[in-house]
Amino acid sequence: MAQIFHRSTNFISRLSIYGAVVIIGALGYALYAIAMSPWYTDQNVKRQQPVPFSHRHHAGELGIDCRYCHTSVEKSSFAGVPPTQTCMTCHSQIWTNASMLEPVRASYRDDKSIEWIRVNALPDFVYFDHSIHVAKGVGCTTCHGQIAEMPLTERAGTLYMSWCLECHRQPEKYVRPKSEVFNPYYEPPSAGEQLKMGKKLVAEYNIKSLQTCSTCHR
Amino acid sequence: MASEGSHNTAGVADPDPIIGPGHTFETVTDKISSIVLTRPVTPGWVFGLLIAFGALMLLNLTITLLMIKGVGIWGIRVPTAWGFAIVNFVWWIGIGHAGTLISAILLLLHQKWRTSINRFAEAMTLFAVMCAGMFPLLHMGRPWMFFYLMPYPNPMWMWPQFRSPLVWDVFAVTTYLTVSLLFWFVGLIPDLATLRDRAKNKTAKIIYGMLSMGWRGSAIHWSRYETASLLLAGLATPLVVSVHTVVSFDFTIGIIPGWHTTIFPPYFVAGAIYSGFAMVLTLAIPIRKFYHLEDLVTARHLDIMAKVMLATGLIVAYGYLIEAFLAFYSGDQYEIYMMKNRFHGPYAPLYWMLISCNIIIPQLLWSRKVRRNVGLLFVLSLVVNMGMWLERFVIIVISLSRDFIPSSWGMYYPTRWDWATYIGTFGLFFTLFFLFIRFLPMISIVEVRSLVHETNEEKGHS
Repeated sequence: MAQIFHRSTNFISRLSIYGAVVIIGALGYALYAIAMSPWYTDQNVKRQQPVPFSHRHHAGELGIDCRYCHTSVEKSSFAGVPPTQTCMTCHSQIWTNASMLEPVRASYRDDKSIEWIRVNALPDFVYFDHSIHVAKGVGCTTCHGQIAEMPLTERAGTLYMSWCLECHRQPEKYVRPKSEVFNPYYEPPSAGEQLKMGKKLVAEYNIKSLQTCSTCHR
Repeated sequence: MASEGSHNTAGVADPDPIIGPGHTFETVTDKISSIVLTRPVTPGWVFGLLIAFGALMLLNLTITLLMIKGVGIWGIRVPTAWGFAIVNFVWWIGIGHAGTLISAILLLLHQKWRTSINRFAEAMTLFAVMCAGMFPLLHMGRPWMFFYLMPYPNPMWMWPQFRSPLVWDVFAVTTYLTVSLLFWFVGLIPDLATLRDRAKNKTAKIIYGMLSMGWRGSAIHWSRYETASLLLAGLATPLVVSVHTVVSFDFTIGIIPGWHTTIFPPYFVAGAIYSGFAMVLTLAIPIRKFYHLEDLVTARHLDIMAKVMLATGLIVAYGYLIEAFLAFYSGDQYEIYMMKNRFHGPYAPLYWMLISCNIIIPQLLWSRKVRRNVGLLFVLSLVVNMGMWLERFVIIVISLSRDFIPSSWGMYYPTRWDWATYIGTFGLFFTLFFLFIRFLPMISIVEVRSLVHETNEEKGHS
């Protein structure tokens, strides 16, 4: 009786046992890699805006305080997107004819808001409050990254829950003195120093490591 | 039950054998493998498959609608948030228990009568667990998020709530499915090789050849096969007890009156085996008739299974008794009310039907005449299946619909989609089962052959 399978099938079947393990592992890794990739999270992806507003220029080179535009950051959950009037406080005087700024002037003339593209948007099922974070020594750059280096604004974090929890589980690793919160060039001390200072600040600012579901999912 | 495997004595033909007379290795192999290989497709089989497949399509329709509209298409309304989905889950998973009991525990106890029923009992287990597993997932409302139940590294840095019995369920049921599948498949390998060698058709040869994983029947193969079977039997044995214990924790961990009781684990396990054996009978009786397997699945088999049903049924009856007694003995007004509500509340007819189906009617099984009456046995097995379904309905719905505060009471009525889901899982179950009896040996050729060998040897030595 002729054999159904060729001799090589023995090798293939053995290989398939190990192959299955490798393939399952590789699939798992691929899923993980996709989930963490900028393609999926939009992390570090520059957004085109109606006006190519540069934080590097305004917050970095010119040294305008964050709160000059984001006025409600200390009082409200939302840091606030400035109205065109805020832009025009300066731009009615300087660069008044720059073509790049025409949409800003148009917005001012027509009394129609500029439609900025949101860069950091949390899902609706998450409650987040800027004011409490700022008040407890969480710097702007802790979450928003090196904003003073960004010609076009990009998302600095993944906005995954793990990203929030990194700090909520160990605030001492990220907290900074309140006086440095709005400093876009703040450099944290070395890891050991940070931990020492962080523990002190956590106690001083009465920072609670809030991790219950309802802290954010209200 | 140990005496059930009692040996023949003095060369006199056993008047009540576990295998018909005149069987040799050749006839056993011929008889079982021919069902798969040479028997033409019969109209009866096609008809049965079509009905089952129709019901399966109903399941597809229901699930699609459920995905679009949500669980609101079912009758579940607060306070009765569990309804049919969980009733059916517990019912199906209970049915699954007989397969493992027959194949694992009875293997370890050397009960010879298991050999000709274990294969399809195991298949029944697998298919029942598949049906069961679907319900909690569908009941979640967002079934596509089912993987949240598994602990895996994720960007939320979250684990499932390990203190929740629903998570224990996930582990219990997936373990059960995996071990049952492995056990079933390992047992199939030598038979698949037989089919491979006997098949005439090229495609069949290749498919059975791949499935039999290069089995040549050498001494080493047999020795490893025996070891693997024993190890898997050892692994599966605790599962017979543990799975339904964990399922019962879904209730006992809750504080709802009628749920929060320590009798649940043992009485759930007994109930599971009770319904499982009922289902084995429900399947075995028609199969042995249509495929003329009366000499392999003998009247003795049916008799023994009926006895197991009677025994586990009595344990279940004891459970009901203690449940009722403790409700009053506790002095807790809510427990007492729950019991009175079962006796004469709005769902009381179902409770009394449950008592008749599970306790009163099965007492007929004390009579040998009844146990030998195939038709009556078939009806009894259906009655017990229904009774066990009612048991879960009574436990879940009666307790949930009236708990502590009368202002939050509410009735539960199943909708047509509740029924459609339930009937649909029958479709899945029977579709798989019809395919199984057509494409795989429904009785273990290997084990029945070794039974023939042992029986003949005993005769030879006497």
